[in-house]
Amino acid sequence: MDTTRLIIVAVGGQGNLLSSRVLGEAACRLDVPVRMSEIHGMAQRGGVVESAMIFGDAQSTIISDGEADLFLAFEPLEALRALNRCNADTTVITNTSPLPPFTAAIGKGVYPDLETITQLIKSKVGRLITLDANALAKEAGNELSVNIVLLGALIKTGVLPVTADSVRDAIRETTKAAFVETNLKAFELGVGAV
Amino acid sequence: MHKLLADQPGAKKFLLGNEAIARGAIEAGLAFASTYPGTPSSEISLNFFQMSRESDLYFEYSTNEKVSLEVAAAAANAGVRSMCIMKHVGMNVAADTLMTLAYVGVRGGLVILTADDPYMFSSQNEQDNRYYGKLSGLPVLEPSSAEEAKEMMGYAFDLSEELAEPVIFRTTTRLNHSTAPVVFGSMKKRVTTGDFTKDPFNYVTVPAVSRKLHVKLLKHIEQAEALSVESPYNFMDGSGKYGIIANGVSYNYVTDAVRDLGLEGKVKILRIGFSHPMPGALIKSFVADCEKVLVVEEGEPYMEEAVKAFAQEAGYTGTIKGKAPDLFSRLFEFDPAMVRNAIAAYFGVPYDRKPPVDVSDIPELPQRPPNLCAGCSHRATFYAVNQATKGMETIHPTDIGCYTLGFLPPLSAGDFLICMGSSAGTAGGFAKTTNKKVISYIGDSTFFHSGIPGLINAVFNNHDMTLVILDNSITAMTGHQPNPGVDMQALNFEGFGQVSVESVVRGIGVPHVSVIRPYNVKKSIAAIREAIDHPGVSVIIAKQACTLFERSRKKLTGKPFYVSDRCKNHRNCINDLGCPAFYVENEKVCINASLCSGCGVCAQICPEHAILPLK
Repeated sequence: MDTTRLIIVAVGGQGNLLSSRVLGEAACRLDVPVRMSEIHGMAQRGGVVESAMIFGDAQSTIISDGEADLFLAFEPLEALRALNRCNADTTVITNTSPLPPFTAAIGKGVYPDLETITQLIKSKVGRLITLDANALAKEAGNELSVNIVLLGALIKTGVLPVTADSVRDAIRETTKAAFVETNLKAFELGVGAV
Repeated sequence: MHKLLADQPGAKKFLLGNEAIARGAIEAGLAFASTYPGTPSSEISLNFFQMSRESDLYFEYSTNEKVSLEVAAAAANAGVRSMCIMKHVGMNVAADTLMTLAYVGVRGGLVILTADDPYMFSSQNEQDNRYYGKLSGLPVLEPSSAEEAKEMMGYAFDLSEELAEPVIFRTTTRLNHSTAPVVFGSMKKRVTTGDFTKDPFNYVTVPAVSRKLHVKLLKHIEQAEALSVESPYNFMDGSGKYGIIANGVSYNYVTDAVRDLGLEGKVKILRIGFSHPMPGALIKSFVADCEKVLVVEEGEPYMEEAVKAFAQEAGYTGTIKGKAPDLFSRLFEFDPAMVRNAIAAYFGVPYDRKPPVDVSDIPELPQRPPNLCAGCSHRATFYAVNQATKGMETIHPTDIGCYTLGFLPPLSAGDFLICMGSSAGTAGGFAKTTNKKVISYIGDSTFFHSGIPGLINAVFNNHDMTLVILDNSITAMTGHQPNPGVDMQALNFEGFGQVSVESVVRGIGVPHVSVIRPYNVKKSIAAIREAIDHPGVSVIIAKQACTLFERSRKKLTGKPFYVSDRCKNHRNCINDLGCPAFYVENEKVCINASLCSGCGVCAQICPEHAILPLK
C-alpha cells in the first residue's frame, strides 16, 4: 500500500492529540496500517504540539522536512512556522483563527497579518485550504471542537486512505459521550467547508 | 476496567509505545513496579499507578531512582517479577545500586526500563544508556516499535530469570511516544508474594563475597552473549553484498530507505535488539560476505565500536562506517530522509528527493516558547525574590521542574543548572567563591529526590545561601504525579503517609526557616529580605498548590481579573511578571479572562491599582 504522510501542528490545549487519536482509530477500523508519533512534553505549557501520522507501508513513525503529503495547522502562525515540512505538492489545510503567542503580546515580535500568511503558503505548496474552524466549532455548539472540524476538512481532501464513515465511528467510540453529538456536527461542518 | 488489564487475547488496540510496554509487562505477569517519573517514560508508570488501584499489581512512586531500584531489587530477590522505570538520567542516580546489584543478581525477573531522549526534547543531556549495559555487565534489550516492545517485555522477564540478572530495557522518545496498532496476548498470572531465604555469603557484598560474585557475573555475561547470538531479536532481513547494522527506531528508517531506494537484493540488514552483550559470532558471520558495512544508530558509536572489534578478530578487510562527518552524527535524533541520504551516499546509489519548500522569504515569526502557566505561584515567588534583591548582585542556581522555565526574561530566575538536586549543592560552591548573594530554587519533588543531602551539607559547612523551596504539592512537570509531600488523602487515595517539607528542613537544623504564601506579594518580599539578610543557611518554603493541577481538579476559586480604565500603561504587570493571561490590544494591556486564574498578583503590583476582579 502506498504511503501517505500527514503532519499536524497546533498550540498546546487545542486538542490535536485527540484528533490524531480519532484518525488513528479510524484507520485501524479499516485495517489501514497507521503509525504516529507526537511530541507533547510541553503541551500544557503553551508550546507547539506536533503529531506525525504515516498511513500505509512504512515503519518510520516520523516525517522528515519536505515529506508531508498533507499538512494540517490548527493555527495560521504555526502553519507558516512549520512550512518546511511541506514540498511543492503538499496539500495544506489551515485554521484561519489566530492565537497570538505571548511574545507578540509583550512586543517581542509581530504577528504577521493573515493575508500575508495565506499568500506565502499558497505560493509554495500544491493546494491550500483555509477555514475558520473556531467559527465552525462555535456553530457546532462547542468551541473546543476545533480539532474535530479540522478533521472533517482533512478527510474531505481525499488524500488520506480513511473514510468519513470510519471517522464518524471513531468519534462515537473515542470522544466523550457528552460531546459525541456536537463532535459529529463539527465534523460535518468541517467536511462542508472544503 | 483499565484498558490494559483487559483479558482479550487477539484484540487490536491503537496504543502509545509506553502503553504497549506497560501491557507487555502485565502480560508477562509483572507484580511489582516502582519509578521516579521522568519524560519520556512517565506514561508507563501512570498506567501502572492506575492499574494498581484496581488490581493486585503493586506500584509505587519512589523518592528517587536509586530508592526505586532498591525497592524493586529486593522484590525481585523475594522472587517477584518486578520492574523499575526511569528516564535516562535517572540511571545515573540509580547507578550505585545498579553496579552492585549486577553482582548480587535477582531471583524473580527484574526489568529496568531506561527511556533515553535523543535530541533532548525534555532532558538536560542525551546520554546513551546502552553503555550502562557494558559498564554493569547486564543485558540490554532495545525494541524498534510499540508492537515489538510489548512482545520483548515478556522476553525480558524470561531472560532476567534465565540469567538471574536484571535486564536493562532501553527505549528512546520516538518509541515511547509513538502510537501503533498492537495486538493483545494472553496474561500470565501475577504472583505478588515471594520469600527471601537468608544467604549472606551470596547477598551481603563485603569484599570476600563480592570477589566471588564478580566471577559469577562474568559467567553470566558469557552466557548472555550466547543467548544474544541466538536471540530472535537479533535478526537478519534481505540479502545482498552490502550490509547495514541498525538498532531501535533507526532500523525503521533503514527498512523504509532500502525500499524507497530500490535496494532490495543489494542490501542485507542485521537488526540488533539484544545489544549487550553484542552477538559476536552473528556479527562476524554477517560481515564476512559484505563488500562494505554501514552501522546506523542514534547516539554514540556503541555498536560500531563492537562491530569493528569483531570484524578485526574475524580478519574482515572491508570498510565499516557509521559515525563520520559525511554520514551520521552522534548528535540528536535521526529521521528517515537523513538515513536515506546516508545509505544512498555510502553505497553509491542515485537519490533525488523532493526538496522542502523554500522558506527563506518567510519573515521572522514571534516565538512560542513554553511558559509558566497563568497564575503559576512560581512566577509570584520569582517576582518577590527579584524585588527583594533589587540592586544586589545575585546568583540563582535552579533545578529540574516547571520552575526551570522561569530562567527566561522577564523573571530571569535561573543562572546555573546541572541535574536533579544540583541547586542545593552548587549554591555552596558559589557562596564560598564569589561575593554574590546565592539564592537557589528547587521544587518539592526535586527537594525530596536529591535536594536534601545538599541542604544538610550547607548546614554542616555553614554555606551562606538561601534555598527557596517552591512547594506546589505535586510533581507538576511530568504530569502531576504524587511525591512524599503530597496529602494523598485529600486526593482520595488511601494508605499513604506524608512528609512535611518544613519538618524536614527544621529537622536538618537550618537556622532560618520561613514559610510564605507567594500570592501575598508584600509579605513574601518582606520574608525573603529577612531570609537573605541572615548570614549562613536560610530556607524559604513558598507554599501554593499548582494552578494547572487545581484547575484540572476544578478547585480554582479565584475570580479572573480585568484591567480597568484607571490603567496608566506603566505595564509593570506585563513587563515584570510575563503572565500569559496578558495581551495588548490597541496599545492597552488586557487580561484574557479564560486564562486568568485569579491569583491577584498583578493587581497587587499595579501602581494605579487598576487591575480589579471581575464581578
